[in-house]
Amino acid sequence: MEHGSSIEINTEWDIVAARQLGRNEAKETGFGTVDQARITTAISELARNIYLYAGKGVIKIEPVRAGQRAGLIITASDEGPGITDLQKVMEDGFTTSGGLGAGMPGVKRLMDDFRVETEVGIGTTITATKWLH
Amino acid sequence: MPQETGKQYKQMLKSFLRTQGEEDLYLGQQFSRNFIEKKIAPEDVISLHKTSIEELIEDLPPEVSISFDFLIEMMIHYGLALKEHQSLIRKQEAIQMEMDIAVRMQNTLLQTATPEVQGLDIGWISKPAKQMNGDYVYFLNETSSQVCLAVADIIGKGMSAAMHMSMVKFGMDSLRYEKRSPSEVLSFINKMIEKSISDSMFVSMFYGKYDTDTATFRYASAGHEPALFYCAAEKEFKLLESKGLLLGVQEEAKYEERTVKLEVNDFVVIMTDGVSETRTENGFIEMDFIENLLCQVKSENAQAMVDYLFNELSRMQDYQLHDDFTLVILKKTK
Repeated sequence: MEHGSSIEINTEWDIVAARQLGRNEAKETGFGTVDQARITTAISELARNIYLYAGKGVIKIEPVRAGQRAGLIITASDEGPGITDLQKVMEDGFTTSGGLGAGMPGVKRLMDDFRVETEVGIGTTITATKWLH
Repeated sequence: MPQETGKQYKQMLKSFLRTQGEEDLYLGQQFSRNFIEKKIAPEDVISLHKTSIEELIEDLPPEVSISFDFLIEMMIHYGLALKEHQSLIRKQEAIQMEMDIAVRMQNTLLQTATPEVQGLDIGWISKPAKQMNGDYVYFLNETSSQVCLAVADIIGKGMSAAMHMSMVKFGMDSLRYEKRSPSEVLSFINKMIEKSISDSMFVSMFYGKYDTDTATFRYASAGHEPALFYCAAEKEFKLLESKGLLLGVQEEAKYEERTVKLEVNDFVVIMTDGVSETRTENGFIEMDFIENLLCQVKSENAQAMVDYLFNELSRMQDYQLHDDFTLVILKKTK
């Protein structure tokens, strides 16, 4: 069966659903407990950002295979306000000091690859990949 | 995580479970430095503990085993906080390096040579409270018989103060060959600062010019601390005050100019508020306190007097300067 699917984020409860989906996918891909927790935390942070700043959006979780490597790609997309100062948002201490959680640098650290595409007034798409080591 | 580390951890845990001794705890603590050095995250340590305990205790209740999954989840943010902390420390080291370069550059840009003048002994000191000095001393040997000096204090401290001070210095340098009077120099610098420095930045400055032929000291002040003049014949101190706004407040500000004549053993003391507003446990010191200190060393040379005052006043602040400290003494020797 081809697994991988997406969850719409509208309420705070959808964050829990996205976490659950992510954990299941991570387990199925073969990640250990610690990496499962890391992937789930990253999903949690991304989903929370959607919920807090864009109101609604989608979290997509899909397995990926590149040559010998297997992994999991998380895509968080919204049509929210976009990020004005990406450099600032990616700075350590910018969001955490405000008590908003791990923030974008946290997600970047939890995952292996991390990419942001954002346009003010259009929305934001964040793609983060974790590889099985 | 390296397999070897995992094996060692399990071995140590096994030994501890048997003895529950302090020695094992001590070894464990030493071992934890290994984890930190190898940048092993706290959640990985819990995971290692989980695997080890599952292998060591055959009939471990499943709830206990599962509970470690909860603990792993709890530790993820701690791990992130640790990584963030480490990255901020690296960033701080980089900033410190930049800062050191800036301090060296400031020192090079703003260095001034003490002029040699017939019959006038000059001593001075300028010490920053933090890394960058917001006070500034500038000497200019205009002719063989005339020496100018400026003592300035940027309202504000640190990096931005120091950068603005460089501008003031180059402003004064540009007047180098023009033989302007103290009030003209202040007017010029005032216009320059008014144009180019942000509204919240002000500079106080005392500018003086000593003429060896006439033994007169002409001075003007832009909102600066009054200078002290010691008259040896009368054994008395007088304040050298002159009216003028801080630099950078008003473009057309005028600066009053005054003159004092020096006799042998008379001296002039120019300072910044880091000296006159020395704070001690009992509050600010009074001007007569400074006068008393000066009296005790009035027969010494100018540099010895300056050093004595600095040592006494910094000792009173437990050697922690609250503000940049600048002091200049001009003493007529013959």
